[in-house]
Amino acid sequence: MLFFIGRRLYQAALVMLTVALVAFAMFQYVGDPVSNLAGQDTTVADRELLREALGLNDSVLEQFGRFIFNAVQGEFGQSYRMRVPVSDLIAERFPATLELSLVSALIALIVGIPMGVYTALRRNSWLARSFMTLSLIGISLPTFLIGIFLILFFGVILQWLPTFGRGQVVDLGWWTTGLLTASGWKSMIMPAITLAVFQMTLIVRLIRAEMLEVLRTDYIKFARARGLTERSISFSHALKNTLVPVITIIGLQIGSLIAFAIITESVFQWPGMGLLFIQAIGEVDIPIMSAYLLLIGFVFVLINLIVDILYFSIDPRLRVER
Amino acid sequence: MIDSLRRFFAGDLWWSFRSSPIVVLAAMTTVSMVFASVFANFVAPYDIFDLTQFNLMDGLKPPFWMERGEIGFLLGTDDQGRDVLSTILYGSRVSLTVGFFSVIFAMLIGIFVGLVAGYSGGWIDAVLMRIADVQLSFPAILIALLVDGIISGLLPDQAQGELAIYVLIAAISLSFWVQYARTVRSSTMVERTKEYVQAAQVIGLPKPLILFRHILPNVMGPVLVIATIQLALAIITEATLSFLGVGVPPTSPSLGTLIRVGNDYLFSGEWWITVFPGLALVILVLAVNILGDWLRDALNPKLR
Amino acid sequence: MKLKSIIIAGMSVLALGGLALPAGAQTFKFAFQADAQSLDPHSLNETFTLGLLGNVYEGLISYDKDMNRVPTLAVGWEVLSPTKWRFDLRQGVKFQNGNDFTAEDVVFTWERMGSEGSDQKALAGLIENITIIDDYTIEIDTPIPNPTLLNDLVTMYIMDKEWAVANNATKSSSPADAGRDGSYATTNANGTGPFMVESRQPDVKTVLVRNENYWGNDSIATNVQRVEFTPVSQAATRVAALLSGQIDLVYPVPVQDWNRLGNADGVSALTGPEARTIFLGMDQARDELLYSSVKGANPFKDPRVRHAFAFAIDINAIRETIMRGAATPSGLMWAPQIQGYNAQANTPHPFNPDKARSLLADAGYPDGFTVTMDCPNDRYVNDEKICQAVAGMLAKVGVTIDLLAQPKSQYFAKVLAQGGYDTSFYLLGWTPGSMDVFNVFNNLIACRNEEGTVGGFNLGGYCNERIDELSRIIASETDVELRQAAIDEAAQILKDEAGYIPLFQQPLSWGVRDGVSVAQRADNVLDLRNVVMP
Repeated sequence: MLFFIGRRLYQAALVMLTVALVAFAMFQYVGDPVSNLAGQDTTVADRELLREALGLNDSVLEQFGRFIFNAVQGEFGQSYRMRVPVSDLIAERFPATLELSLVSALIALIVGIPMGVYTALRRNSWLARSFMTLSLIGISLPTFLIGIFLILFFGVILQWLPTFGRGQVVDLGWWTTGLLTASGWKSMIMPAITLAVFQMTLIVRLIRAEMLEVLRTDYIKFARARGLTERSISFSHALKNTLVPVITIIGLQIGSLIAFAIITESVFQWPGMGLLFIQAIGEVDIPIMSAYLLLIGFVFVLINLIVDILYFSIDPRLRVER
Repeated sequence: MIDSLRRFFAGDLWWSFRSSPIVVLAAMTTVSMVFASVFANFVAPYDIFDLTQFNLMDGLKPPFWMERGEIGFLLGTDDQGRDVLSTILYGSRVSLTVGFFSVIFAMLIGIFVGLVAGYSGGWIDAVLMRIADVQLSFPAILIALLVDGIISGLLPDQAQGELAIYVLIAAISLSFWVQYARTVRSSTMVERTKEYVQAAQVIGLPKPLILFRHILPNVMGPVLVIATIQLALAIITEATLSFLGVGVPPTSPSLGTLIRVGNDYLFSGEWWITVFPGLALVILVLAVNILGDWLRDALNPKLR
Repeated sequence: MKLKSIIIAGMSVLALGGLALPAGAQTFKFAFQADAQSLDPHSLNETFTLGLLGNVYEGLISYDKDMNRVPTLAVGWEVLSPTKWRFDLRQGVKFQNGNDFTAEDVVFTWERMGSEGSDQKALAGLIENITIIDDYTIEIDTPIPNPTLLNDLVTMYIMDKEWAVANNATKSSSPADAGRDGSYATTNANGTGPFMVESRQPDVKTVLVRNENYWGNDSIATNVQRVEFTPVSQAATRVAALLSGQIDLVYPVPVQDWNRLGNADGVSALTGPEARTIFLGMDQARDELLYSSVKGANPFKDPRVRHAFAFAIDINAIRETIMRGAATPSGLMWAPQIQGYNAQANTPHPFNPDKARSLLADAGYPDGFTVTMDCPNDRYVNDEKICQAVAGMLAKVGVTIDLLAQPKSQYFAKVLAQGGYDTSFYLLGWTPGSMDVFNVFNNLIACRNEEGTVGGFNLGGYCNERIDELSRIIASETDVELRQAAIDEAAQILKDEAGYIPLFQQPLSWGVRDGVSVAQRADNVLDLRNVVMP
């Protein structure tokens, strides 16, 4: 077990280094940060001084080395544009993204699992068919389109829901939350739904497929033969066995929630990390971009590691293989 | 050839296709949209690349059935006076081209990696699958953003407009190959142990021949299913990248670019600039998805 | 247990938040497309950052709502000689931390503006020396006679010396020092202005509250007690926030949304001409264009080609459609609000495609040629759309434009000096920071010099010696009529040579909730002193 985890950790570190290198290499080409840091009357010579002070004239390798050296110590440098440490910014923005992701994951699960189970059990009913059609439409709608149309309809035409931001946030010192105020919840609805639609359809289809597989296995047939009720078969036998792979995939999907949050956050001006990142790209705020990618890389690696370990402990067959 | 066609029409696949009106409708929609965009030069009322055909003063005309609309511009015009129907047709061409070729390339990479990994085993397999694992843990859209950033960074500014399509294809295919590789690998590992492969090995056929002539045809079924579903995903990914502004420029727009440009006019009442391309995108993706869904169920004997 | 305590903590915070706000307090909420980059008034010479900080800090002089200069921390001034000015400072003014404002603070501020990390070194360089006569009198020496000194002083925001010394903020913070020692002023502010910074989360929210001890509380119109500023980068989201009633004022609003705001209940568009001129520039310096089908020659060196381009562009069509009628076509490189403007000289270039074609033929390009155009896509009002329209119009006279539209960071990195003026044909906009025409000559029209101090934004390298001579006169001539004659002569030369193709002044475009009264200044600055809530 320890050896297994050790090996995965070593691999994880390699992955992180690669992510960092790739991200860093990309940033060499996204533009010149200095043009945003100086006013229009600033002379060429002063601009050059600023480049020098920021270390932008050093070789790429040097800059990368410095970046890694600092990152290992938890030091991501300072945002060029907002002029505060990047670690502060991320700490400030992280709660927004996490709350949004969790709420939409919850919506996706609560709506998705029953729909998936139903469509598998009553495969040919009209309701199941319309669920499947809905889920197909859900998969076919790009996230940004959903967001735009929700804003147009519920925000602007009906004026029911706020169209941007987190509403009133409560600061707990180490965490800011929008979940304690009514305006916070209202602001959450549209972005959370936007983000949830794709995950939800994925879950419906996944559960359905897995259930159908499980329902054909011998032990379900055997359970039927034993005369157990359909209900008990569906829920205690079939669903339970479906859930293992589903949980894995959902775990992995949390990562993609954070990534899709980039789009949702930029449509709803949700002050999370995705918005921070996409705006940093526009303003060539290199320290933020590097830190974000490293962090996201870290989250993914961590999730993978947890999923691997879970697998390892749930499914004894894997132990033999390793 | 004729024989195999006859066998196809007599087979289960054709029967299951014909018996579902939705699937037939989806197929017809897909085919006609592909046809219309491939022959956009002939079908579209205007050539959107010929700037002399447009007049700025024709800009922002609504669809023909509305007041101020003109029959010459069926779905209205955009801010530059371009005919919206024409931009959609040319835009679908870009979207479909990107989607189609990125799926082909992803498939080629994936099949190759999968065959090699599955057949060779050992450290080659380990290395290739580790790479695949790492990549699979990142969402395709993030990878595509990264790859797109790197490639366009390497290109000179000047070339970016013309090469944007190729950059997108590369970015999307590089983020999509893993699924094929995994599927092909596991099928290959199964096939490898079968008698016909062992027989081929015994008579000393070269490795590439065994891989591509004998194993490949037997693992293609699932690959085709994935390809259909990924075509839809690729089109969405392209649209999203273009919407985020890293895709193709408005001068040679894709559906995503059209939606991004039209988004500026959503509140001002010129909804047709964004709604029609949006509809076209959703219909196209939906039709392809329905086909993919049907193909998967039809090819899966367990669900029949 | 833990969850419970969190909820209780949250509720008590809520209760506190409710208490902190006195009943009937006027809260004004506004949104802009970006955030101020820093609270340090000397660290970035950018309109919005300085505009926002102008509510917290003050200069010796400021602009009122009509852009007239009004005495602020100075109560009066006197020109002693062409290079020597005396200023009487306002007495009894206190900084927000309670310290007294004196002449020492002015000198300190000037020194700080010239310090290493400052982005206002150019401004500091306009002053040679400041002599303290007594606590409330100073004398300013300028290196050369400077007719626009008063305008230049507007953005010289006075900082408290004691406060800066106590917090180790005596040098302006550069982006490179962020988060380190000496960056205190980046995240904290202490001016003499009517509003104080209560809290700030960069790019998310900045809250200002009224300074009850402000010296001018009786003379300013506002009844606002609290200001919440939110940066909202997406135009559609910004407009939606106004329409749904979450925000009192948003800017900029896309020109195409004016109708929508007009038709909606409870909000309206507030518009006016901005002082920013949008124009096209052409590379006239290189012997061969970097990005063109013409090899071995530079077509833009031929004035006929430049005029042909100008004739080909239908400014009115762009104004009507893309700008929705909301732009002021311009024949000059500066706007009516700019000191030195002469209405008689302002005749936009006529539209005449036939003339354009025949000029191109005369110049040896009967079939036109191909050239790449650089264009920002997130800097000016509808910038990319304007470039697309220009490309369409030039196509009709045979010139093929390859359009390269990029985000501003990439665009500026390419076309500005640090990118080696890497462009053949481009679109740019300019508002002279001092609101005086000399700034335009010095940055855009005068020949580029080696050091990059003159003509730094003359990206096409246009150069005319007579204009350079005139520019020197404009810089130092204090006689208004003589100066105007020089300006008019230079403007005529520029027009005859078609050194630039001015298009129009873009509009100011704000969206305001009904009942909220604000003054829209031509430099697109929101001065909270003029905001009155219902």
